[in-house]
Amino acid sequence: MTRLQVRDASLGYDRRLISEHLDLDVPDGAFTVVVGPNACGKSTLLRALARLLRPSAGSVVLDGRDIHSYRAKEVARRLGLLPQSSVAPDGITVEELVARGRHPHQRLLQQWTTQDEEVVQEAMAATGVTALAGRLVDELSGGQRQRVWVAMALAQETDLLLLDEPTTFLDVAHQIELLELFRHLNVDRGRTLVAVLHDLNHACRYADHIVAMADGRVVAQGSPADVVTAELVHEVFGLPAHVFADPVAGTPLVVPSGPPGSAFGPDRRYDGARRAEPAPEPAVV
Amino acid sequence: MSAPAAAPAVARTHVVRLPGFSTRVHPRTVLVCGILAAVVVVLFLVSLATGDYRLTLGQVTSALTGHADGLVRTVVLDWRLPRATLALLFGAALGLGGAVFQSLTRNPLGSPDIIGFDSGAYTGALVVMLWWHGGVGQQTTAAVVGGLATACAVYLLAYRRGVQGFRLIIVGIGVSAMLGAFNTWLILTSRLQDAMGAAAFGAGSLNEVGYGQLWAALAVLGVLVPAVLALGRRMRLLEMGDDAARQLGVPAEPTRLLLVAVGVGLTATVTAIAGPIAFVALVAPQVARRLVASPGTTLVGSALTGAVLLQSADWTAQHLVPTTPLPVGVVTVVLGGSYFVWLLVKEGIRS
Repeated sequence: MTRLQVRDASLGYDRRLISEHLDLDVPDGAFTVVVGPNACGKSTLLRALARLLRPSAGSVVLDGRDIHSYRAKEVARRLGLLPQSSVAPDGITVEELVARGRHPHQRLLQQWTTQDEEVVQEAMAATGVTALAGRLVDELSGGQRQRVWVAMALAQETDLLLLDEPTTFLDVAHQIELLELFRHLNVDRGRTLVAVLHDLNHACRYADHIVAMADGRVVAQGSPADVVTAELVHEVFGLPAHVFADPVAGTPLVVPSGPPGSAFGPDRRYDGARRAEPAPEPAVV
Repeated sequence: MSAPAAAPAVARTHVVRLPGFSTRVHPRTVLVCGILAAVVVVLFLVSLATGDYRLTLGQVTSALTGHADGLVRTVVLDWRLPRATLALLFGAALGLGGAVFQSLTRNPLGSPDIIGFDSGAYTGALVVMLWWHGGVGQQTTAAVVGGLATACAVYLLAYRRGVQGFRLIIVGIGVSAMLGAFNTWLILTSRLQDAMGAAAFGAGSLNEVGYGQLWAALAVLGVLVPAVLALGRRMRLLEMGDDAARQLGVPAEPTRLLLVAVGVGLTATVTAIAGPIAFVALVAPQVARRLVASPGTTLVGSALTGAVLLQSADWTAQHLVPTTPLPVGVVTVVLGGSYFVWLLVKEGIRS
């Protein structure tokens, strides 16, 4: 039995159901990556795993108990989330932002113990932002800022870490840099990671365990080599593709099979409306 | 290699550790708040010493410590002390109320006087004043009820899976405009004498306050001020967004509801007793944040800045025209206007 599980859960917003009868065991100690097309329910799943969304039926189980039976701070000491979008307060320094990750461990009269201090320094060192400690977060580049948010999540000292599209908006080198950091956290620090990623090839290269979702269901899961096939890519993304062995890493490498102009098949010229876009997930405004 | 870059962080914060207690403070915050507190004390003493009957600092302190008799004692303790104390307290309350709402809405315009709570409190007071001809006690109660009712209405109208700042402001401005129209209608359809009394209250004034109002204000603020200070940490985490705050263990929506209640309570208390005093709640947190330069909203700084602003505004209102004391609301409106002009000029220069 793994520490974090989804048990027959129905997930959605208001009356719009996104997933029904969803089951998932997050493998302990692994780097799990959730992939799937836009609006397939990846982020909704992650929000449910992080206790931000209460299932309308079924449950999310953390360490053998319904996650909603814990106090919020207790969950925050076991499980951290890097949300898709967070706002750094105006005029906050890197070190001050990372220090906010200590909140679940602090009490009204114990707001800054020596342990808080050490953990924050460690988190900054692990993410390579120590040299930026005194800089304002507003002044950093996108890649640096994302590493600072990861440092804040690390300062929370949770064994389980959920990452919602952590590499989106970063250039390829910064994406790889961040994925290397996640791998390091997973392999060397023994943290269980669950990340939502858009780049299938990055997912194949870095994940121990891939969860492919479509229409709110888990279509397939397992190691990248077992799961990522041409059929699956076509089924999940509606994209005809070849899957080769990555000449560098040996992991699956997904390449769209049609050349430009006929990526969705030789007889399928672009007509602007071929792919029925699913309704976007409701933005929480 | 990293030492020079890390230096500012070390300089910015100072760690305080005692057995069973630890926290971090910004030396600049402490310094600025210390100076503001000193200014508050000076303004308090000045407002006790000045007026038709001028007193020396020595006379004021002897009256405060109970060593003065006769006229000095009467002037300081009976005439001036309630008003000077209320200017300080109400300024602090408005500064805190403004800070809470600006933090909640993550918007410098998200202040209770902009989003309709003042108008609602005024409506409550007007209805009792003009329709029921109720006394001061009933007016005060009605103003608090009006402010809270408006807050509930704005909160519910803006609610959609939780309340987000921008929607709260837009809904608030709309509700405020409607209440403003209703308030005008109430005054226009009333008798001349009632209308004049209502308009005087509507300007926001400390000219008529005494010990009755002081004790009432102390009782309410004695609960609300510690409450808002206790919520401060959660409030600042909420500024990072709901998901970020919730994953750190902050219950977002309950915290927000508590903050709304406390923020409305702080502002409604002032409006109930002194009428709507505009712009202090809007300006104080902004000025404080620039002075203190700490990340996010500063509660203590906002309270002290609010106190300084309202104390100086009230002193000006009392002494600007020697023969006629003005309502302090008139002065704070000028203050607010100047603030907007400054903001426009600054934004104009930047763009």
